Amino acid sequence: MSGPGLESLVDQTISVITNDGRNIVGILKGFDQATNIILDESHERVYSTKEGVQLLVLGLYIIRGDNISIVGELDEELDSHLDLSSLRAHPLKPVIH
Amino acid sequence: MLFFSYFKDLVGREVTVELKNDLAIRGTLHSVDQYLNIKLENTRVVDQDKYPHMLSVRNCFIRGSVVRYVQLPPDGVDIELLHDATRREARGS
Repeated sequence: MSGPGLESLVDQTISVITNDGRNIVGILKGFDQATNIILDESHERVYSTKEGVQLLVLGLYIIRGDNISIVGELDEELDSHLDLSSLRAHPLKPVIH
Repeated sequence: MLFFSYFKDLVGREVTVELKNDLAIRGTLHSVDQYLNIKLENTRVVDQDKYPHMLSVRNCFIRGSVVRYVQLPPDGVDIELLHDATRREARGS
């Protein structure tokens, strides 16, 4: 069945928001029906109100589909203009089913 | 299947999707699948100052399981038609 698959995002940089509110950025290497995904060269962006966004290197990562809220296509142009070190925000709330 | 078909008819329209983490994302409906996963284009987060987490995202895939509401354009729903269709589905005919 055709629909919003992730085919078009393979080998592109994506920004994933997980159900526990984390933001993980990496290159999409694979996915399946259940939205399980494989990310390469990934890092987590940790938001806080006390300091700018912290980057945590994660490397090769598999995220289980159950735990995924959003898969966003990261616009490299827009992203390069972001000043992460001065960006402050509360971490995202976890998903409550 | 009913709501899958229903959302397919809304492709191309502007909708706001509210997630179960309180994030609300507005964008043009690009596609839907059987799980009601949604793809939006030209997205913006409704309260960008509070939620700057998706500032560099313009197109996104939202997992159906985390959607709380989909806000539709006012003329996007034919209530009579949907009413009949849901009744028919409930009867199983």
